[in-house]
Amino acid sequence: MDNVQIEPVKRQRRGLPQELNILLVLVAVALVFEILGWIFQGQSFLMNTRRLTIMILQVSVVGIIAIGVTQVIITGGIDLSSGSVVAMTAMITMSVAQSGDYARAMYPALTDLPVIVPLAVGLGLGLIAGMINGALIALTGIPPFIATLGMMVTARGIAKWYTKGQPISFPTDGFAAIGSGAWPVFIFLAVALIFHIALRYTRYGKFTYAIGANPQAARVSGINVQRHLIKVYAIAGLLAGLAGIVTAARAETAQAGMGMMYELDAIAAAVIGGTSLSGGRGRIFGTVIGTLILGLMMSGFTFLRVDAFYQEIVKGVIIVAAVVADTFRQNARSKKA
Amino acid sequence: MVSNTTLEAIERYKEKSLPYILEIEGIRKEFPGVVALDNVQFRLRPGSVHALMGENGAGKSTLMKIIAGIYTPDRGTIRLRGEEVVLASPLDALEQGIAMIHQELALMDWMTVAENIWIRREPKNALGLIDHRKLTEMTRELFAQLRLKIDPTAQISTLTVAQRQMVEIAKAVSHRSQVLIMDEPTSAITETEVDHLFEIIRDLKARGVAIVYITHKMNELFEIADEFSVFRDGKYVGTHASTDVTRDDIIRMMVGREITEMFPKEEAEIGDVILSVENLSLPGTFHGITFDLRRGEILGLAGLVGSGRSNVAEALFGVTPATEGKIRIAGRDVTIASPADAMREGMALLTEDRKATGCFLPLTILENMQIAALHEGHVKLGCVDERGMTNLCLEMKDKLRIKTPNLDERIENLSGGNQQKVLIARWLLTKPKILILDEPTRGIDVGAKAEIHRLISGLAQQGVAVIMISSELPEVLGMSDRIMVMHEGHMTGILDRAEADQVKIMELAAR
Repeated sequence: MDNVQIEPVKRQRRGLPQELNILLVLVAVALVFEILGWIFQGQSFLMNTRRLTIMILQVSVVGIIAIGVTQVIITGGIDLSSGSVVAMTAMITMSVAQSGDYARAMYPALTDLPVIVPLAVGLGLGLIAGMINGALIALTGIPPFIATLGMMVTARGIAKWYTKGQPISFPTDGFAAIGSGAWPVFIFLAVALIFHIALRYTRYGKFTYAIGANPQAARVSGINVQRHLIKVYAIAGLLAGLAGIVTAARAETAQAGMGMMYELDAIAAAVIGGTSLSGGRGRIFGTVIGTLILGLMMSGFTFLRVDAFYQEIVKGVIIVAAVVADTFRQNARSKKA
Repeated sequence: MVSNTTLEAIERYKEKSLPYILEIEGIRKEFPGVVALDNVQFRLRPGSVHALMGENGAGKSTLMKIIAGIYTPDRGTIRLRGEEVVLASPLDALEQGIAMIHQELALMDWMTVAENIWIRREPKNALGLIDHRKLTEMTRELFAQLRLKIDPTAQISTLTVAQRQMVEIAKAVSHRSQVLIMDEPTSAITETEVDHLFEIIRDLKARGVAIVYITHKMNELFEIADEFSVFRDGKYVGTHASTDVTRDDIIRMMVGREITEMFPKEEAEIGDVILSVENLSLPGTFHGITFDLRRGEILGLAGLVGSGRSNVAEALFGVTPATEGKIRIAGRDVTIASPADAMREGMALLTEDRKATGCFLPLTILENMQIAALHEGHVKLGCVDERGMTNLCLEMKDKLRIKTPNLDERIENLSGGNQQKVLIARWLLTKPKILILDEPTRGIDVGAKAEIHRLISGLAQQGVAVIMISSELPEVLGMSDRIMVMHEGHMTGILDRAEADQVKIMELAAR
């Protein structure tokens, strides 16, 4: 009498994540560009280390942000402020990272500081921005969309106001080193590994999923939902700050227009990677693959000399398609249940 | 409104004078990995109430959804008024004369009663705009027919659950539906409201409406149903007149085995007072709640829905803390401002609404079960001790006989009874000293119910103090050492096991 319970015919094994599908998409996208490359450009797309290196370097910054955004989305929220926080932290960090060799430094008394100072400033700023997001959402109950939209506009404003729109340049060699060579990629992968472990194996992670799956039940299970949400948004802000540091160090300059639309790329990477906008589901591994898919597509279009306008149009379509796919999956499940 | 072709079909049907209005034969419905219905039959007489009985997962809700046009069967025939039909969608079913009253009522909160009833069929004035006066008029007439006292211009959001249900029924009647499906219509309404509902059902019967009635409550079956069909494991077991059988016969048909003891209360040693509540109040919700609870004791908490029972439980557990009064645990004054505080004091609360405040539906059984216990340890080097936790959860799975092949299954794939067991396991893993259970067996099949009762008794024997809230009086009477009764936010009495009976409780609960 008990076997009526739904017993899926195929059961996914633990450790064999559903992100496997996403991995297949990544491979498929790569192959499509490879074939198109031979047809239209007469050369290989993949067999070009330089191109792939540039691609990975380019997406690393978005990837770092996406790891924070993934956690926010798992709680059922959203963070629109990360791109602007990148700009704000890049500007302010750079102003305390300038070299004394530069005659017109913003704070002449604060040049040639050890790298730890701009690093701490950047991370601290990101953390504060994130905590403000989290506190607004958790304590006043306003929708995450609105709270982070406010931060998006405000942080961008601060970035512009800070130098009245002027760029800041000439960092110390030590600071510039953070963005040189393959460092951004290493930072991206290290952050990914840390939060993969944090989400899957720690209490922090289990509570994050629980809150996204059912905030009321999470509270009744003894989780301090407000405090946890502030934590998650603070981490997302911290990672946006880190992304700002890396961006400024790599470009050796900071401008108020940096990180434009990065928040959307990051959300796209998370969603393409299988994170559900309705909360409770998503993995860092998926987000990393999602980031690579985005990078591969942009790099591929450039390689095929597709106009930049078309690239944006295609990107928009892909994001919507990923959400539609997720919605279908959800509907299929709720019909079954 | 039923369509014109349906009206013609009704005419033809009247001439034929068939014994059944709806006949279902050889229905099969599969979902990925499970056969929900297998070669099922069902016959519905006009002017009768036909109950669908079965444990959770027996297939009765699938059958109901097929009749309502929500699912289409993979195989089999549906004959309505003697003619074979296809029910392509709920709207299609409605137009053919079949209406469903949903368990989760499907009315639009911010519109008026009249607007809800006549939606898509609103009377228009000369300008083509909705004629609100006519709308109200039509609703008044309809309500007069049904002897309902509801203001047609009231907003749905201001109505009680029972009133909303009446509005849904009125809506179905306004569609001139011949078949009405009611899915556990009494699960959220009070006793007097149930009486009113049954009056209306009898009225509908007299007009020839056929009613498909789903319930878990056995006494309702005898009170309102003429016939019942039993399903088990997606198969049809049989149809009988409700006057021909006893309660035990039905249970035997439903579970395919005997349930020896429904409420296996076993004597437990009653120890010291562990929880002492004094004058607990939350203005506007409950007032002056005072009681002691001892180790090993089961305190039943009875009262009508809305009497404040659940609010007291939520206050004790810090979900919505009380503003006045004292809570003492093992003689110590404590402040409980959040569930986390309550858990530190050794309390656990199984909430009333499994879906809303219990389950994490997208997560696995393991993740659902371990979440509360994670607060007190099970962490090594910053990471959750997965192996240790999994072993503890597997033990719980066996002990509570949760029917699942493994713990990595999503909880949403389990039946209600098994979900409830997972949630109970969640709290048992915290090793509570005081366990508060709010409707622990609501919406659960008979077999799982008995198991949960046995479990509660066992916990009491181990010295756990239990507070059990339940709307089912036999359950409260069977399980409790003492019974506290509430009425409109006040406690109206505490009865000892020996002196308590249904009449006394109802007197205190409904005075």
